[in-house]
Amino acid sequence: MIRSDILKAIIPVITDKLVVSNIGLPSQELHMLDDQPTNFYMLGTMGLASSIGLGLALSQKETIIAIDGDGSVLTNLGTLPTIANNVANNFILLIIDNGSYGSTGDQPTYAGGNTSLAKVAEACGCDNVFECQAAETKEILETAIQSKKMTIIVSKCLSGNIPVPTIDIDPAVIRYRFMEEIKARN
Amino acid sequence: MSIAQNMLNAMVKNKIEFVTTVPCKQLSGIIELLEKDERILHVPSNKEDEGMGLCAGAYMGGKRPCIIMQNTAIGVTINTLVTLIQYYRMPLPILISYRGEVGEKVQCQVEMAVHTKALLEQLKIPTYHFHEPKDVKEFGGILNHTFMAKKPVAILTDANFWSSIS
Repeated sequence: MIRSDILKAIIPVITDKLVVSNIGLPSQELHMLDDQPTNFYMLGTMGLASSIGLGLALSQKETIIAIDGDGSVLTNLGTLPTIANNVANNFILLIIDNGSYGSTGDQPTYAGGNTSLAKVAEACGCDNVFECQAAETKEILETAIQSKKMTIIVSKCLSGNIPVPTIDIDPAVIRYRFMEEIKARN
Repeated sequence: MSIAQNMLNAMVKNKIEFVTTVPCKQLSGIIELLEKDERILHVPSNKEDEGMGLCAGAYMGGKRPCIIMQNTAIGVTINTLVTLIQYYRMPLPILISYRGEVGEKVQCQVEMAVHTKALLEQLKIPTYHFHEPKDVKEFGGILNHTFMAKKPVAILTDANFWSSIS
């Protein structure tokens, strides 16, 4: 399975949830598969999906799922101690770990080499860290949502991309419709 | 009342509820007060771009955020300011310790001080410079203005400002 297969598999679980999605192809794939006002697409700023997600989780009641990538977490490794020390039980960080920088031409990341992001997260003090294979992601994500505990999932999958259109929604519109959904739910 | 307490009071009065900080010696007073104050959630960040991500989330979650950092961090945060805060039209008050000005003891701080205002101007970030203790009176109005304008706004606070007792 590649990242888009994981996204397809988890859409029934995340379609009505508040989702922050990582820059580049992950956002474009999610947008193509299931565009919703509940999705906050990052169009730039590599690395900050988990930080935006944590800020959201600490500021309102609804469950927030940040869909991140291994390359982006490596870019912003400082996020893991912050998550560990400011526990938000309505926050789930799903790291789709394909061991590569998918949006820039599949260059290998260190997460595909000697570095285990699950172990890094645990060493940073995060509880409820699960590393799984791509096919298990949906079930583990469902369990994490039901548990109402801050959870980090590292889903290992193969590198690879599908053709996707770019996101032609103005960033202020993405932000506005996302905030309206949050207001309506809180 | 100390300058730090005055600044904190202005934040509370203007409904700031989420603050992230990366420390600076000049900011130690206000950070200590923030940590104790139950009206504001204080989430220290490890790097200032991470902090701006937290603030973006807090804002979309319905809280008024603020980031407190040193002017050296302007270099760290340019991409985040442009592609997240400005691009998505989000408000963000940035309370900055303006190191490297008159009274500075660490020579290296002067190197970033000479670029600070030029960078903020290049980024078209509205910038206010607090030099005298009386400037604290402007802070509340600037916070409100930031959320009205939905822009990042910089408040530079130098050594002379913090060293004074009002």
